[in-house]
This record gives sequence, structure tokens and C-alpha cells, in this order.
Amino acid sequence: MAQSFGYLPFLPGWHWSLDAYSGLLDDKAVRQSFVLTFRIAFLSTGLAVVVGVGGALLIRSTRRGKRLLSALFQSTLPVPHVVGALAMLLLLSQGGTLSRLTNAVGLTHGSQGFPELAGDRFGWAILAEYVWKEAPFIGVVVLSALSSGVADLEDAARTLGAGPGARLRHVVLPLITPGVLATSILVFAYSFGSYEVPYLLGRPYPATLPVVAYQYYTDVDLNSRPVAMAICVVIAVLIASLVALYMLLAERFVRRTA
Amino acid sequence: MIRLLPRWLLAIGLLLPFVPLVVWAAAGQWRYPGVVPQHGSARGLRLLVDPASDIPQGLFTSLLLGVTVSVIACVVGLCAGRALGLYAFRGKRAVQFLLLAPAIVPGLAVTLGIQVFFLRYGLAGTLPGVVLVQLLPTIPYVTLVLGSAFANFETDYEEQARTLGAGPLRTFWHVTLPVLRPPLIVAAFFAFLISWSEYILTLLIGGGTVKTLPLLLFAYIGSSDQNVAAALALLVVLPPFLLVLLTSRWLTGSQTGAVGFGRL
Repeated sequence: MAQSFGYLPFLPGWHWSLDAYSGLLDDKAVRQSFVLTFRIAFLSTGLAVVVGVGGALLIRSTRRGKRLLSALFQSTLPVPHVVGALAMLLLLSQGGTLSRLTNAVGLTHGSQGFPELAGDRFGWAILAEYVWKEAPFIGVVVLSALSSGVADLEDAARTLGAGPGARLRHVVLPLITPGVLATSILVFAYSFGSYEVPYLLGRPYPATLPVVAYQYYTDVDLNSRPVAMAICVVIAVLIASLVALYMLLAERFVRRTA
Repeated sequence: MIRLLPRWLLAIGLLLPFVPLVVWAAAGQWRYPGVVPQHGSARGLRLLVDPASDIPQGLFTSLLLGVTVSVIACVVGLCAGRALGLYAFRGKRAVQFLLLAPAIVPGLAVTLGIQVFFLRYGLAGTLPGVVLVQLLPTIPYVTLVLGSAFANFETDYEEQARTLGAGPLRTFWHVTLPVLRPPLIVAAFFAFLISWSEYILTLLIGGGTVKTLPLLLFAYIGSSDQNVAAALALLVVLPPFLLVLLTSRWLTGSQTGAVGFGRL
């Protein structure tokens, strides 16, 4: 952290300064990277919540093949992100499996006719990887929140004349909300600060903040190290405040279920 | 049929990314418009066990690292978790926050600054250095899981054993450990997995000399050798899957444990 304020014991003539931080605001690459990182983190968290909660509710209401579906749902949990990123690369890139399939049925023409999903400016493949990995994470927490005693509560609500919509809104949703909020903070923090996935599936410019930080850090010009450190401090402070928020929510969650 | 559609979509969406991975691993040549490979080949899979490639060595390094990190994290976590779970003290919430932060925050932001110190003390590029840096996220996580286990722990059993004449070691071995087995298994499982899938910390401190499987996988992805990359990816996913199957009995009951999946 001290290095972000200009502390460079390995360089002669270093001095304390805030240059690295003020430089962050002027640096176009960093500004674009901020926007990109926030967009990816917000979108992947939002989509993961929708898919995760939806998937969990679907699994709960499934009769035939429930165990199989739930096992499938949890199959992406232990997969390392590096493997997930490679899978998305092989699936979504212009020469990937999806492109071959749409080409075969005549939907797109050749590899160039397929939309650029990996290594693009928007980060579709990054989003896809995060949602694929994190939606089941949220879903598992939802399923465990709904596992015990909720059926009784729903039966009680049904007896009192509540339709499926009302039961979902007044019984199920309040029970899962704290857990979903807490896990979505974890997902946001992860997708904001992780390096592997945006490095493999994004482009070098504009890249997400961790990738930019690493680029600056490994730059031959040692003077750009403070900038790398400043980015890291910004990431760490932001995520640390999210962690504090998570603790507050998690405590409430425990109190409610206890 | 309409009712089943969303379930099918969910299942297909989950499975689809695995498909090219498996096909590429067994493919020889797979030129563009082909929906299936032109011909298959075991080259990628053979390389996994070929002693001339660096993959068997990487497998060994990864396993060694994972087990070492997991064992050390559990030993430290047992002591720290005991203090955290059993005793109320001032600043406990602050300690919990400080533990949760590194367990959640992806390593790059924290480690970039520490690398200088690893270099200064000659730890960069060595296996002990990588063990040390991988302990940064794992020890806090293990401590949290074991801390919440100790919060429901009855010390009465230990006292009874001590009264009956058992020494501290025997008490630990025959009383404490059996009671804490489920959370300990969950903690060890996640510590191993975090170490197993770690890329950036290993790269930063290992400096390319400590080659774990994720590092090799990155290199093969970069070299665009899809056959080997896909085969290697299958090797990297296999142990986590096996571990999940082996530990699922204990995993399902653990709320705090499940947080670990968010860090993988």
C-alpha cells in the first residue's frame, strides 16, 4: 500500500506523493477500465441472482428428475475459473462450438459472420462465465434457505387462501432475501477483483481493473508501479466496504433463521 | 412439455460449456465449419501422462501444494478458530472482519504489494514462498469455518476426559477431533480447492518456476493448442469433482462452508 503513495525503496530518488491517485483520474485507460469493471460486476451479479433464484425455485418445484437436475445445477461449483474460462472460449469464440452449430443450421455465415463474443469490447464471454459459475452458488444458498420447514409455512398460507403468486411474494421471497443479498455481495466482490477470467476472455484494452493493475505492475517502467498499487488499493477498499456490508447482512440472516 | 422447457434450458445451459472441453480433449483435427472433429486423437490425453511433458510434474506440485496448504491452514485454523468461537473478547467483530476480508477479496489486490517483501527475503520463486502466499486466503477461511463450529462446541466433554485422567493430547485426539470432524473436513476440502485453483498468487510469487496445473493450463491456452489445453482442463476439474462426491455428506449441512464456493 505504501507503494501507491510513491514509496519505492528499489528506485533512487523516490518521494511520498499522491501522484498515482490523481493520475488515475487522468488516465483514459483506467477510466474506461473502471466503467468496464463496474458494468461486468453489476451485470454478472444481477444475472447470477436472476438465474440462481429462478433455477432454485424451478428445482424445488420439479418432481421427476429433481435429484439429477439439482446435481447438474451444482456441478459447476467446484470448477476452477480457469477451466470455466477455457470452456467459454471454446464455446463462444468466433471459431467456437456455438459458431459451428449456427453455421451448420444456416443462422450465421462462417466464423466471421458469428458475433464477436469473446475478446470483445462488451465482455459477453466474461459475463457468461461468471453467471455460469456464480448462479449455482446463489441457487445453492437459496435451496438451503428453503430446505427446512418452508413447505409447512406454504401449506399454512395456502390454507389461508394465498395463491401461488402471493405465497411466492409473502412466504418464499422474504425467507431467501437475506441469503441472496449476502451471496450477491460475494459474487460482486469476486467478479470485481478477479484476474484470470477477464484476462483470458477479455481484450488487453480496455481491460478490467485487476488486469490493468497487473499490466502496470509488470511494466518495464518501474515508475508505473505506484499506479498499479493505487488501483489495487481502490479495489481493496471498495471490496472491504462490501465485506462490512456482507457481515451486517449475514448477521441479520442468522438472527432470522435462529 | 411447455412446463418442462425452462428445466431443459437450465440443464442445457449448465452442461453446454463442458461439451467443447470434452470433445476438444479427444479431437485430433477440428477445422472450422465441422460440427464434429475431422478425426480423433489421443495426443492431448497422452501428453497428460507423458513424462517428457511438464504436466505430471505440475500435477505433483499442485497436489503437494494443496495438501501442504490445507494441513497448515487447518492446524492454524483450529487454534485460531477455538479462540474465536469459544471466547468473547473486545474487538472480536474487528477480527472477524479482518478474517473475512482476505477470504473474500481476490488475491491480486493484496499480493501485488507484498511481492517486494517475498523478493527481499528470497521466498519468491520457491515452493515455501508459494505455500506462504496461498495461506493468505486459506487460513482466514478455515478459521472462520472452524470458529463458527467452535461457537457450538461444548467444552464439558473435554473437561470430563481430563478429569478421567486423559492428557491434553489424548483429549484432543479422542474427544475434540471426532466432535469437530464434519467442519474440519469441509474446511480442509475448501482450503485444498482454493490452493488447487489459485492462479495469480502462484504466478506472482512463484515467478514461473513453481509450475502448478493452473499455470500450465494458462500457458497451453495462450499457445492455442486446444487439444492439450482441453485435456489438461479435464485433469484440473477431475479432483474437485471427486472431492465433492466424497465430501457431499458434510457439505450440504454447512452454511458457512458454502461461502467457500464464492472464492473458487
